[in-house]
Amino acid sequence: MTAIAPYRCAARRANDGFGRLLHAEWTKFRTVRGWVVAILLAPLLIVAVAFLQRSECGIGNPLPNGTTFNSACPASPIGPGGEAVTDSFYFAHQAVSGNGSITARITSLTGVYPAHGGHMAAAANPLAGYQPGVQPWAKAGIMISASTAQGSAYAAMLVTGTHGTRMQWDYTGDAAGRPGAASATAPRWLRITRSGDTVLGYDSPDGTHWTLVKTVSVPGLPATAQVGLFTTSPSYQVIKTSFGGSSGTGGQTLATGRFDNVRVAWAGAGTTWTGTSVGAQGTGPAGVRSGPPGPDPFKGKFTQAAGAYTVSGAGDIAPDVPEAADGNGMSAQNALIGTVVGLIAVIIVAALFMTAEYRRGLVRLTFAASPRRGRVLAAKAVVIGLVTFVAGLAGAVIALPLGIRQLRDGGNYVLPMSALTEARMLAGVAAVLAVAAVLALALGTLARRGVTAVTVVIVVIFLPFLLGTLQGLLPLGAQEWLLRLTPAAAFAVIQVVPAYHQVLAPYSAANGYFPLSWWAGFGVLCLWAAGALTAAAYLLRRRDV
Amino acid sequence: MEATIEVTGLRKRFGPQQALDGLTFSVLPGQVTGFVGPNGAGKSTTMRVILGLDAADEGTALIGGRPYASLRAPLTHVGALLDAGALQPSRSARNHLLWLAHSQGLPAKRADEAIEQAGLDAVARRKAGGYSLGMRQRLGIAAALLGDPPILMMDEPFNGMDPEGIVWMRGFLRALAAQGRAVLVSSHLMSELEDTASHLVVIGRGRVVADASVAEMIARASGDRVQIRTAAAADAMTALANAGATVAATAPDQLTIQGLSTERAIAALNGSAVPFSEVSAHRASLEAAYMELTRDDVEFRAVTPS
Repeated sequence: MTAIAPYRCAARRANDGFGRLLHAEWTKFRTVRGWVVAILLAPLLIVAVAFLQRSECGIGNPLPNGTTFNSACPASPIGPGGEAVTDSFYFAHQAVSGNGSITARITSLTGVYPAHGGHMAAAANPLAGYQPGVQPWAKAGIMISASTAQGSAYAAMLVTGTHGTRMQWDYTGDAAGRPGAASATAPRWLRITRSGDTVLGYDSPDGTHWTLVKTVSVPGLPATAQVGLFTTSPSYQVIKTSFGGSSGTGGQTLATGRFDNVRVAWAGAGTTWTGTSVGAQGTGPAGVRSGPPGPDPFKGKFTQAAGAYTVSGAGDIAPDVPEAADGNGMSAQNALIGTVVGLIAVIIVAALFMTAEYRRGLVRLTFAASPRRGRVLAAKAVVIGLVTFVAGLAGAVIALPLGIRQLRDGGNYVLPMSALTEARMLAGVAAVLAVAAVLALALGTLARRGVTAVTVVIVVIFLPFLLGTLQGLLPLGAQEWLLRLTPAAAFAVIQVVPAYHQVLAPYSAANGYFPLSWWAGFGVLCLWAAGALTAAAYLLRRRDV
Repeated sequence: MEATIEVTGLRKRFGPQQALDGLTFSVLPGQVTGFVGPNGAGKSTTMRVILGLDAADEGTALIGGRPYASLRAPLTHVGALLDAGALQPSRSARNHLLWLAHSQGLPAKRADEAIEQAGLDAVARRKAGGYSLGMRQRLGIAAALLGDPPILMMDEPFNGMDPEGIVWMRGFLRALAAQGRAVLVSSHLMSELEDTASHLVVIGRGRVVADASVAEMIARASGDRVQIRTAAAADAMTALANAGATVAATAPDQLTIQGLSTERAIAALNGSAVPFSEVSAHRASLEAAYMELTRDDVEFRAVTPS
């Protein structure tokens, strides 16, 4: 027998990099048609749900011939920050120039509300059926405002029904001052000082000892601004929630503030006040009332006698919050709600991307070809994550404008959003789907069996969203905890309007409000994915395959 | 790197079952090494341990002196066919080989070359799910050859092959060894390896029962037994026993003796004037040798009805 030289491999070898693992996993993915189709299904589903947005909004106006003409819900005024706002109040004001300050003492804030709800104004007595009672966020105080047009820049020191003294500015700003209500025995002194774009708010129990509540910047104030006294009172709303729906009762309310010791220390200040019903509530956005003839108490009024001032008004000076009693707009996030449907397709494909290899023992070939198993998992995660991100982004980019158009066609007023918010929503949808896919891949690796894996990913990722957002399915507290702790927290990325503590509204996930901010919610999902990937990588290294 | 597999003292336990029990053997280049043993003897487990898929409780398995897990582009060192069914059914043969090639940093043309070598050209772009077992075996072989490795390892490659395929496979394995590669082929049937393997590692219950060349193994199984055909069996037994042989009557006119060569047996019979019609050295078949070696190691034995 002749000695045979050991065989030398002649095949060319490329460098040993992560790139070739990515190339291999990408080739694996794209060569199974079912997976490609299912991933393309995700954006289609997102778009389809956006197209099916059928929510309608309209105001029925009775016509002389007995029929009703439905007009679309009106738009809200836009505040200085670009957000839609509610801006209705009664303002007794005068124009002042340059720097100065206004001081006033407020001795009471009272109100009336429709105790039995569903109040429809009677022509003779619009306040029939109303009971005394001040709304928690009824406001009376002093204000400096750019103008009396809705949506003007402003800063105000005010007393509320039950939330003490506050400083508020430009609709979304709110800072707490002295607690407690104003009364004849415990009056509240308020002061605003302007210095250029800077406004300082003070309060005092006695008019001598002043406390600075907050210094704020109000860049929208012109050289000549309006200062004065104002009162407003948000609509009242009681929501009863049960499975599958909610019913609300409520109606407009009216508040009255009493002031004295009013002092305007400003160049050009006089003693003549002009009363303006800003955003006149009688025909305002709440709109369910057809303007009655004669004096409308909800338009507010102002009386002045011997240094004492009485200002009554209705409405709110606050951001436009969907689902709030005075809320008027519809959030564009409804256009992206199909993300959760697309999610189902994505997480199933991602889980199968791993379990299919286990089912037929292909995983042995994979790990024989690439013995560093953690890197294989990482390559799979990158491939499924990137593919899903691109698919999700495509779906969201089409679904958002389409869904907004559908909502507008239904007569809805869609709240404006900044380009940054829009970009965050679109990238957020893509990123949530991508990270959820990585989580599903890791869970698939842990479970190994396809059926088990699909069950697990549905239970861990999809089910908490369902349980957390379906109205009345679980107690509100339980729903909030689900959306804090489970991967479903990440759906906060599509939320447009945050929950404002100074506006009462049914803040629940069913109404589009998530308990965590978008970045915290996305962080929760990322933590889940990182934890599952770590566990999967650990088990992959330890287990025989 | 030298084209060898060295397995030393492998032990592995699955629950109560000791799958590998101190397994030691080497696979050398330039020859086909048959890896035989009954079902459940530990052949597949050994191969998985060599490929780093299963972790041994004790012992080492080295590829050219290095553990498999330390190899970069391992398919260019070792090509393995473990399970022909390990496929994604909706992926074509070419795409199956393509991802494998990418994972090793090999160019796509290697996939086409391997398809040609395995004789799969006609079906390469069809979904692998529709392949017969024989075609899947060929695809598994193409995958093993993809990296043009100096070491090849195949688990039961003859399974599901038609007679023509078996003939092709034997020639193919011999040709690979003739190129200087180390080829390890497992089978539970010795007959499949009869004309293919030149070296055999026989295992039973996780232990090496025999590790020798085919020629040695046949000689050892045959022992120094001699068969004698004679009408005078009783006389012959006496004569042979006196000459120092251990004699057994295996048929009315047939004796098998041990301890005497053919020549000395003839001399003893002639010396005592015992007539005989035939004296021949006993030659065991490889199959018989194998049955002999593994008799005690068969895990699942059918009870023969009486």
